[in-house]
Amino acid sequence: MEFARQVFVIAAKDLRAELRTKEAINASAAFALVILLLFSFAFDLDPDTNREIASGLLWLVFAFAGTLLLNRSFARELPNDCLDALVAAPLPASALFLGKSLANYVLLLAIELLSLVVFGIFYNVRWTVQFGELMVVLALGTWALTIMGTIFSALTVNIRLREVMLPILIYPFLVPALMGAIQLTLGLMAGKPIGPDTASWLPMLIGFDVIYTAVSVFLVEQILVG
Amino acid sequence: MSAVAVDGVWKYYGDFPALRDIRLEAAAGSCLALIGRNGAGKTTLLRIIAGFSRPGKGEVRILGNAPRETATRRSIGFIGHGIAVYDELSALENLTLYAKLYGLADPRRTALEWLEHTGLERVRDGLVREFSRGMRQRLAVARAFLHNPSVLLLDEPFTALDDRAIAVLQRLLREGLAQGKTIVMSTHQLREALELATHVALLNRGQVAFEGACTPEMAADPGLVYARYGEG
Repeated sequence: MEFARQVFVIAAKDLRAELRTKEAINASAAFALVILLLFSFAFDLDPDTNREIASGLLWLVFAFAGTLLLNRSFARELPNDCLDALVAAPLPASALFLGKSLANYVLLLAIELLSLVVFGIFYNVRWTVQFGELMVVLALGTWALTIMGTIFSALTVNIRLREVMLPILIYPFLVPALMGAIQLTLGLMAGKPIGPDTASWLPMLIGFDVIYTAVSVFLVEQILVG
Repeated sequence: MSAVAVDGVWKYYGDFPALRDIRLEAAAGSCLALIGRNGAGKTTLLRIIAGFSRPGKGEVRILGNAPRETATRRSIGFIGHGIAVYDELSALENLTLYAKLYGLADPRRTALEWLEHTGLERVRDGLVREFSRGMRQRLAVARAFLHNPSVLLLDEPFTALDDRAIAVLQRLLREGLAQGKTIVMSTHQLREALELATHVALLNRGQVAFEGACTPEMAADPGLVYARYGEG
Protein backbone atom coordinates (compact mmCIF):
# COMPACT_ATOMS: atom_id res chain seq x y z
CA MET A 1 0.00 0.00 0.00
CA GLU A 2 2.82 2.35 0.99
CA PHE A 3 4.70 1.36 -2.16
CA ALA A 4 1.69 2.15 -4.37
CA ARG A 5 1.26 5.51 -2.62
CA GLN A 6 4.90 6.39 -3.32
CA VAL A 7 4.54 5.36 -6.96
CA PHE A 8 1.51 7.62 -7.37
CA VAL A 9 3.20 10.55 -5.59
CA ILE A 10 6.12 10.39 -8.06
CA ALA A 11 3.80 9.92 -11.05
CA ALA A 12 1.62 12.85 -9.98
CA LYS A 13 4.69 15.04 -9.51
CA ASP A 14 6.03 14.21 -12.97
CA LEU A 15 2.66 14.70 -14.65
CA ARG A 16 2.11 18.02 -12.90
CA ALA A 17 5.59 19.27 -13.82
CA GLU A 18 5.23 18.15 -17.44
CA LEU A 19 1.76 19.59 -17.88
CA ARG A 20 3.05 22.94 -16.57
CA THR A 21 6.08 23.14 -18.85
CA LYS A 22 4.83 20.93 -21.72
CA GLU A 23 8.47 20.59 -22.75
CA ALA A 24 8.53 16.93 -23.66
CA ILE A 25 4.91 16.40 -24.64
CA ASN A 26 4.92 19.28 -27.13
CA ALA A 27 8.10 18.07 -28.82
CA SER A 28 6.93 14.48 -28.89
CA ALA A 29 3.39 15.20 -30.14
CA ALA A 30 4.64 17.65 -32.77
CA PHE A 31 7.16 15.10 -34.03
CA ALA A 32 4.54 12.35 -34.27
CA LEU A 33 2.06 14.54 -36.11
CA VAL A 34 4.62 15.99 -38.51
CA ILE A 35 5.88 12.53 -39.49
CA LEU A 36 2.35 11.26 -40.07
CA LEU A 37 1.44 14.32 -42.14
CA LEU A 38 4.65 14.30 -44.18
CA PHE A 39 4.30 10.60 -44.90
CA SER A 40 0.70 11.02 -46.04
CA PHE A 41 1.67 13.84 -48.43
CA ALA A 42 4.86 12.15 -49.66
CA PHE A 43 3.18 8.90 -50.70
CA ASP A 44 -0.18 8.86 -52.42
CA LEU A 45 -1.17 5.32 -51.50
CA ASP A 46 -4.41 3.45 -52.10
CA PRO A 47 -6.51 2.44 -49.03
CA ASP A 48 -5.36 -1.21 -49.11
CA THR A 49 -1.71 -0.22 -49.05
CA ASN A 50 -2.44 2.30 -46.32
CA ARG A 51 -3.89 -0.48 -44.17
CA GLU A 52 -0.86 -2.68 -44.86
CA ILE A 53 1.69 -0.07 -43.86
CA ALA A 54 -0.39 1.43 -41.05
CA SER A 55 0.84 -0.88 -38.35
CA GLY A 56 4.56 -0.47 -39.04
CA LEU A 57 4.26 3.26 -39.63
CA LEU A 58 2.34 3.87 -36.42
CA TRP A 59 4.65 1.86 -34.17
CA LEU A 60 7.74 3.48 -35.64
CA VAL A 61 6.20 6.90 -35.05
CA PHE A 62 5.30 5.86 -31.47
CA ALA A 63 8.84 4.59 -30.87
CA PHE A 64 10.56 7.72 -32.21
CA ALA A 65 8.14 10.16 -30.58
CA GLY A 66 8.33 8.14 -27.37
CA THR A 67 12.10 8.51 -27.25
CA LEU A 68 11.76 12.30 -27.24
CA LEU A 69 9.37 12.06 -24.32
CA LEU A 70 11.29 9.42 -22.38
CA ASN A 71 14.59 11.26 -22.72
CA ARG A 72 13.26 13.91 -20.35
CA SER A 73 12.13 11.46 -17.71
CA PHE A 74 15.24 11.45 -15.50
CA ALA A 75 16.83 14.46 -17.20
CA ARG A 76 14.01 16.50 -15.61
CA GLU A 77 15.63 15.78 -12.23
CA LEU A 78 19.02 17.24 -13.15
CA PRO A 79 18.37 20.98 -12.73
CA ASN A 80 18.79 21.84 -9.03
CA ASP A 81 20.06 18.28 -8.33
CA CYS A 82 16.54 17.01 -7.60
CA LEU A 83 17.63 13.44 -8.34
CA ASP A 84 19.83 13.49 -5.22
CA ALA A 85 16.85 14.45 -3.07
CA LEU A 86 14.74 11.65 -4.58
CA VAL A 87 17.52 9.09 -4.09
CA ALA A 88 17.93 10.32 -0.51
CA ALA A 89 14.20 10.03 0.23
CA PRO A 90 13.04 6.86 1.98
CA LEU A 91 11.33 5.27 -0.97
CA PRO A 92 12.57 2.23 -2.87
CA ALA A 93 14.31 3.03 -6.15
CA SER A 94 11.75 0.74 -7.76
CA ALA A 95 8.91 3.02 -6.56
CA LEU A 96 10.70 6.02 -8.04
CA PHE A 97 11.21 4.13 -11.29
CA LEU A 98 7.64 2.84 -11.53
CA GLY A 99 6.23 6.27 -10.66
CA LYS A 100 8.20 7.83 -13.48
CA SER A 101 7.22 4.99 -15.80
CA LEU A 102 3.55 5.49 -14.96
CA ALA A 103 3.72 9.20 -15.75
CA ASN A 104 5.54 8.50 -19.02
CA TYR A 105 2.99 5.83 -19.88
CA VAL A 106 0.06 8.22 -19.46
CA LEU A 107 1.75 10.90 -21.56
CA LEU A 108 2.82 8.49 -24.29
CA LEU A 109 -0.63 6.93 -24.49
CA ALA A 110 -2.13 10.41 -24.90
CA ILE A 111 0.26 11.15 -27.77
CA GLU A 112 -0.51 7.80 -29.38
CA LEU A 113 -4.27 8.35 -29.22
CA LEU A 114 -3.83 11.80 -30.76
CA SER A 115 -1.66 10.26 -33.49
CA LEU A 116 -4.31 7.60 -34.17
CA VAL A 117 -6.96 10.27 -34.68
CA VAL A 118 -4.72 12.19 -37.11
CA PHE A 119 -3.78 8.94 -38.80
CA GLY A 120 -7.42 7.99 -39.29
CA ILE A 121 -8.16 11.34 -40.92
CA PHE A 122 -5.17 11.58 -43.26
CA TYR A 123 -4.84 7.92 -44.23
CA ASN A 124 -8.53 7.12 -44.46
CA VAL A 125 -8.12 3.99 -42.32
CA ARG A 126 -10.95 3.02 -39.97
CA TRP A 127 -8.82 2.00 -37.01
CA THR A 128 -11.78 1.91 -34.60
CA VAL A 129 -13.30 -1.31 -36.03
CA GLN A 130 -11.41 -3.48 -33.53
CA PHE A 131 -11.15 -0.72 -30.97
CA GLY A 132 -11.00 -2.88 -27.81
CA GLU A 133 -8.31 -5.23 -29.09
CA LEU A 134 -6.33 -2.36 -30.57
CA MET A 135 -6.33 -0.61 -27.17
CA VAL A 136 -5.06 -3.81 -25.51
CA VAL A 137 -2.19 -4.07 -28.02
CA LEU A 138 -1.50 -0.35 -27.69
CA ALA A 139 -1.40 -0.64 -23.90
CA LEU A 140 0.97 -3.63 -23.96
CA GLY A 141 3.30 -2.25 -26.64
CA THR A 142 3.42 1.16 -25.02
CA TRP A 143 4.29 -0.34 -21.64
CA ALA A 144 7.29 -2.11 -23.20
CA LEU A 145 8.38 1.13 -24.84
CA THR A 146 7.86 3.11 -21.64
CA ILE A 147 9.61 0.73 -19.30
CA MET A 148 12.69 0.40 -21.52
CA GLY A 149 12.80 4.13 -22.21
CA THR A 150 12.53 5.00 -18.53
CA ILE A 151 15.23 2.59 -17.35
CA PHE A 152 17.62 3.74 -20.08
CA SER A 153 16.73 7.34 -19.27
CA ALA A 154 18.00 6.61 -15.72
CA LEU A 155 21.11 4.91 -17.12
CA THR A 156 21.99 7.77 -19.47
CA VAL A 157 20.95 10.66 -17.23
CA ASN A 158 24.52 11.74 -16.50
CA ILE A 159 25.79 11.26 -20.05
CA ARG A 160 26.28 14.46 -22.01
CA LEU A 161 24.99 12.93 -25.27
CA ARG A 162 22.00 11.24 -23.69
CA GLU A 163 19.61 12.43 -26.44
CA VAL A 164 21.69 10.42 -28.91
CA MET A 165 22.48 7.53 -26.63
CA LEU A 166 18.93 6.72 -25.55
CA PRO A 167 17.60 5.69 -28.98
CA ILE A 168 20.79 3.81 -29.79
CA LEU A 169 20.44 1.84 -26.59
CA ILE A 170 16.72 1.14 -26.44
CA TYR A 171 15.79 0.24 -30.02
CA PRO A 172 17.74 -3.05 -30.12
CA PHE A 173 16.05 -4.12 -26.88
CA LEU A 174 12.66 -3.05 -28.18
CA VAL A 175 12.79 -5.02 -31.42
CA PRO A 176 10.96 -8.11 -30.06
CA ALA A 177 8.21 -6.05 -28.42
CA LEU A 178 7.81 -3.80 -31.46
CA MET A 179 7.64 -6.87 -33.74
CA GLY A 180 4.84 -8.27 -31.61
CA ALA A 181 2.94 -5.01 -31.48
CA ILE A 182 3.31 -4.47 -35.24
CA GLN A 183 2.15 -7.98 -36.10
CA LEU A 184 -0.86 -7.72 -33.82
CA THR A 185 -1.80 -4.24 -35.06
CA LEU A 186 -1.53 -5.27 -38.72
CA GLY A 187 -4.71 -7.36 -38.68
CA LEU A 188 -6.56 -5.00 -36.37
CA MET A 189 -6.04 -2.11 -38.79
CA ALA A 190 -7.62 -4.24 -41.51
CA GLY A 191 -10.64 -4.67 -39.26
CA LYS A 192 -9.88 -8.31 -38.40
CA PRO A 193 -9.80 -9.49 -34.80
CA ILE A 194 -6.69 -11.17 -33.43
CA GLY A 195 -6.77 -14.60 -35.08
CA PRO A 196 -4.82 -17.85 -34.88
CA ASP A 197 -2.10 -16.52 -37.20
CA THR A 198 -1.20 -13.61 -34.90
CA ALA A 199 -2.53 -14.74 -31.51
CA SER A 200 0.85 -16.17 -30.46
CA TRP A 201 2.29 -12.63 -30.45
CA LEU A 202 -0.04 -11.58 -27.64
CA PRO A 203 1.38 -13.79 -24.86
CA MET A 204 4.83 -13.00 -26.22
CA LEU A 205 4.18 -9.27 -25.88
CA ILE A 206 2.85 -9.79 -22.35
CA GLY A 207 5.93 -11.89 -21.58
CA PHE A 208 8.25 -9.14 -22.86
CA ASP A 209 6.43 -6.60 -20.71
CA VAL A 210 6.76 -8.75 -17.59
CA ILE A 211 10.44 -9.51 -18.23
CA TYR A 212 11.37 -5.90 -19.07
CA THR A 213 9.54 -4.65 -15.97
CA ALA A 214 11.04 -7.24 -13.63
CA VAL A 215 14.61 -6.72 -14.87
CA SER A 216 14.27 -2.92 -14.70
CA VAL A 217 12.83 -2.98 -11.18
CA PHE A 218 15.66 -5.30 -10.12
CA LEU A 219 18.41 -3.12 -11.62
CA VAL A 220 17.23 0.41 -10.91
CA GLU A 221 18.81 0.70 -7.43
CA GLN A 222 22.19 -0.24 -8.90
CA ILE A 223 21.72 2.26 -11.71
CA LEU A 224 20.76 5.19 -9.50
CA VAL A 225 23.31 4.61 -6.74
CA GLY A 226 26.68 4.37 -8.47
CA MET B 1 27.56 4.32 19.31
CA SER B 2 28.60 7.01 16.82
CA ALA B 3 25.83 8.70 14.89
CA VAL B 4 28.04 8.68 11.79
CA ALA B 5 30.90 6.20 11.41
CA VAL B 6 33.13 6.00 8.37
CA ASP B 7 35.39 2.97 8.48
CA GLY B 8 38.22 2.49 6.00
CA VAL B 9 36.42 4.02 3.03
CA TRP B 10 38.12 4.08 -0.35
CA LYS B 11 36.62 5.47 -3.52
CA TYR B 12 38.17 5.19 -6.96
CA TYR B 13 37.26 7.12 -10.11
CA GLY B 14 38.89 4.87 -12.67
CA ASP B 15 42.38 4.33 -11.27
CA PHE B 16 42.35 7.56 -9.30
CA PRO B 17 41.76 7.14 -5.57
CA ALA B 18 39.50 10.05 -4.62
CA LEU B 19 39.28 8.77 -1.05
CA ARG B 20 41.95 6.73 0.70
CA ASP B 21 41.19 4.79 3.84
CA ILE B 22 38.97 7.42 5.45
CA ARG B 23 38.17 6.75 9.09
CA LEU B 24 35.96 9.28 10.85
CA GLU B 25 33.33 9.30 13.54
CA ALA B 26 30.78 11.86 14.64
CA ALA B 27 29.07 11.37 17.97
CA ALA B 28 25.38 12.12 18.41
CA GLY B 29 24.87 15.82 19.04
CA SER B 30 28.22 16.82 17.55
CA CYS B 31 29.03 18.91 14.49
CA LEU B 32 31.89 17.69 12.32
CA ALA B 33 33.29 20.21 9.84
CA LEU B 34 35.01 18.60 6.86
CA ILE B 35 37.49 21.06 5.46
CA GLY B 36 40.03 20.85 2.68
CA ARG B 37 41.04 22.32 -0.65
CA ASN B 38 39.01 21.83 -3.82
CA GLY B 39 39.33 18.22 -4.95
CA ALA B 40 40.30 16.98 -1.48
CA GLY B 41 37.35 14.56 -1.50
CA LYS B 42 34.86 16.32 0.78
CA THR B 43 31.89 16.08 -1.57
CA THR B 44 32.72 12.50 -2.54
CA LEU B 45 32.85 11.54 1.13
CA LEU B 46 29.56 13.30 1.95
CA ARG B 47 27.85 11.62 -1.01
CA ILE B 48 29.03 8.23 0.22
CA ILE B 49 27.84 9.00 3.76
CA ALA B 50 24.47 10.08 2.33
CA GLY B 51 24.18 6.88 0.32
CA PHE B 52 24.26 8.49 -3.14
CA SER B 53 27.41 6.63 -4.03
CA ARG B 54 28.93 3.34 -2.91
CA PRO B 55 32.46 3.13 -1.53
CA GLY B 56 34.98 0.94 -3.35
CA LYS B 57 36.09 -0.45 0.01
CA GLY B 58 35.10 0.15 3.61
CA GLU B 59 31.74 0.94 5.08
CA VAL B 60 29.60 3.76 6.42
CA ARG B 61 27.17 3.45 9.31
CA ILE B 62 24.56 6.02 10.20
CA LEU B 63 23.00 5.42 13.61
CA GLY B 64 24.33 1.89 13.30
CA ASN B 65 22.73 1.15 9.94
CA ALA B 66 23.81 1.23 6.29
CA PRO B 67 23.03 4.54 4.55
CA ARG B 68 20.70 2.97 1.95
CA GLU B 69 18.38 1.36 4.51
CA THR B 70 14.96 3.00 4.50
CA ALA B 71 15.08 3.78 8.22
CA THR B 72 18.45 5.46 7.79
CA ARG B 73 17.23 7.60 4.90
CA ARG B 74 14.35 8.84 7.06
CA SER B 75 16.90 10.09 9.59
CA ILE B 76 19.09 12.00 7.09
CA GLY B 77 18.66 15.56 5.90
CA PHE B 78 20.91 16.52 3.00
CA ILE B 79 21.77 19.87 1.49
CA GLY B 80 23.98 19.57 -1.57
CA HIS B 81 25.21 21.97 -4.20
CA GLY B 82 21.76 22.16 -5.83
CA ILE B 83 18.63 23.30 -4.05
CA ALA B 84 16.80 20.05 -4.94
CA VAL B 85 13.41 21.64 -5.47
CA TYR B 86 11.43 21.81 -8.70
CA ASP B 87 11.28 25.12 -10.55
CA GLU B 88 7.93 24.31 -12.13
CA LEU B 89 6.20 23.56 -8.80
CA SER B 90 5.20 26.06 -6.14
CA ALA B 91 6.99 26.29 -2.80
CA LEU B 92 4.06 24.58 -1.08
CA GLU B 93 3.85 21.84 -3.73
CA ASN B 94 7.58 21.17 -3.40
CA LEU B 95 7.54 20.81 0.36
CA THR B 96 4.29 18.81 0.31
CA LEU B 97 5.87 16.44 -2.22
CA TYR B 98 8.87 15.77 0.02
CA ALA B 99 6.67 15.49 3.11
CA LYS B 100 4.67 12.80 1.29
CA LEU B 101 7.81 10.99 0.18
CA TYR B 102 9.02 10.95 3.79
CA GLY B 103 5.64 9.56 4.87
CA LEU B 104 4.84 12.42 7.24
CA ALA B 105 1.41 12.31 8.89
CA ASP B 106 0.10 15.64 7.61
CA PRO B 107 2.23 16.67 4.63
CA ARG B 108 0.45 19.93 3.88
CA ARG B 109 0.50 21.16 7.46
CA THR B 110 4.19 20.29 7.84
CA ALA B 111 4.95 22.08 4.56
CA LEU B 112 3.08 25.18 5.73
CA GLU B 113 4.92 25.16 9.06
CA TRP B 114 8.30 25.05 7.32
CA LEU B 115 7.32 27.79 4.92
CA GLU B 116 6.60 29.89 7.99
CA HIS B 117 9.91 28.91 9.69
CA THR B 118 11.84 30.04 6.64
CA GLY B 119 9.81 33.20 5.99
CA LEU B 120 8.28 31.97 2.74
CA GLU B 121 4.63 31.69 3.76
CA ARG B 122 3.63 34.72 1.69
CA VAL B 123 4.97 33.19 -1.52
CA ARG B 124 3.80 29.66 -0.81
CA ASP B 125 1.83 29.39 -4.07
CA GLY B 126 4.46 31.07 -6.23
CA LEU B 127 6.41 28.91 -8.67
CA VAL B 128 10.00 28.37 -7.58
CA ARG B 129 11.29 29.52 -10.97
CA GLU B 130 9.99 33.01 -10.07
CA PHE B 131 11.83 33.09 -6.72
CA SER B 132 14.95 35.09 -5.96
CA ARG B 133 18.12 33.16 -5.22
CA GLY B 134 17.81 33.75 -1.49
CA MET B 135 14.20 32.51 -1.41
CA ARG B 136 15.19 29.37 -3.31
CA GLN B 137 17.94 28.70 -0.82
CA ARG B 138 15.62 29.10 2.14
CA LEU B 139 13.22 26.68 0.48
CA ALA B 140 16.09 24.22 0.09
CA VAL B 141 16.79 24.52 3.81
CA ALA B 142 13.12 23.88 4.58
CA ARG B 143 13.17 20.84 2.29
CA ALA B 144 16.15 19.36 4.13
CA PHE B 145 14.72 19.94 7.60
CA LEU B 146 11.00 19.24 7.21
CA HIS B 147 11.14 15.55 8.15
CA ASN B 148 13.01 16.36 11.38
CA PRO B 149 16.18 14.41 10.51
CA SER B 150 18.55 13.39 13.29
CA VAL B 151 21.62 13.50 11.03
CA LEU B 152 22.27 16.50 8.79
CA LEU B 153 24.71 16.17 5.91
CA LEU B 154 25.55 19.54 4.42
CA ASP B 155 27.78 20.07 1.42
CA GLU B 156 29.04 23.65 1.35
CA PRO B 157 25.85 24.84 3.06
CA PHE B 158 26.87 28.50 3.34
CA THR B 159 28.18 28.91 -0.19
CA ALA B 160 26.25 31.50 -2.19
CA LEU B 161 23.67 32.00 0.57
CA ASP B 162 22.44 35.52 1.18
CA ASP B 163 22.60 36.99 4.69
CA ARG B 164 19.03 36.04 5.54
CA ALA B 165 19.47 32.46 4.36
CA ILE B 166 22.73 32.16 6.34
CA ALA B 167 20.93 33.44 9.45
CA VAL B 168 18.05 30.98 8.93
CA LEU B 169 20.43 28.08 8.41
CA GLN B 170 22.65 28.94 11.37
CA ARG B 171 19.63 29.29 13.63
CA LEU B 172 18.26 25.92 12.51
CA LEU B 173 21.64 24.25 12.92
CA ARG B 174 22.10 25.66 16.42
CA GLU B 175 18.60 24.50 17.37
CA GLY B 176 19.38 21.10 15.84
CA LEU B 177 22.59 20.72 17.84
CA ALA B 178 20.73 21.71 21.01
CA GLN B 179 18.19 18.97 20.23
CA GLY B 180 20.96 16.39 19.84
CA LYS B 181 21.08 16.24 16.06
CA THR B 182 24.37 15.32 14.42
CA ILE B 183 25.81 17.54 11.71
CA VAL B 184 28.48 16.69 9.16
CA MET B 185 29.27 19.57 6.86
CA SER B 186 31.86 20.18 4.23
CA THR B 187 32.84 23.77 3.82
CA HIS B 188 35.24 26.39 2.59
CA GLN B 189 33.56 29.04 4.73
CA LEU B 190 35.64 28.27 7.81
CA ARG B 191 34.43 31.16 9.93
CA GLU B 192 30.72 30.23 9.71
CA ALA B 193 31.47 26.52 10.03
CA LEU B 194 33.85 26.71 12.95
CA GLU B 195 31.33 28.79 14.92
CA LEU B 196 29.14 25.68 14.94
CA ALA B 197 31.65 22.84 14.73
CA THR B 198 32.56 20.70 17.70
CA HIS B 199 35.04 18.68 15.64
CA VAL B 200 37.14 19.33 12.55
CA ALA B 201 38.55 16.96 9.96
CA LEU B 202 40.96 18.20 7.32
CA LEU B 203 40.99 16.21 4.08
CA ASN B 204 44.03 16.41 1.89
CA ARG B 205 44.16 14.52 -1.43
CA GLY B 206 41.60 11.99 -0.28
CA GLN B 207 43.15 11.33 3.12
CA VAL B 208 42.39 12.58 6.61
CA ALA B 209 45.31 14.91 7.43
CA PHE B 210 43.89 15.99 10.77
CA GLU B 211 40.95 15.11 12.96
CA GLY B 212 40.17 16.50 16.37
CA ALA B 213 38.04 18.72 18.53
CA CYS B 214 37.45 22.25 17.38
CA THR B 215 39.36 24.46 19.80
CA PRO B 216 38.69 28.13 20.55
CA GLU B 217 42.06 28.74 18.88
CA MET B 218 40.76 27.30 15.61
CA ALA B 219 37.50 29.23 15.80
CA ALA B 220 39.48 32.46 16.35
CA ASP B 221 41.89 31.75 13.49
CA PRO B 222 40.13 29.64 10.84
CA GLY B 223 43.32 29.24 8.80
CA LEU B 224 45.15 27.55 11.66
CA VAL B 225 44.28 23.97 10.74
CA TYR B 226 45.42 24.48 7.16
CA ALA B 227 48.63 26.13 8.34
CA ARG B 228 49.47 23.33 10.77
CA TYR B 229 48.24 20.22 9.02
CA GLY B 230 47.51 21.15 5.42
CA GLU B 231 49.81 22.23 2.70
CA GLY B 232 50.04 25.77 4.02
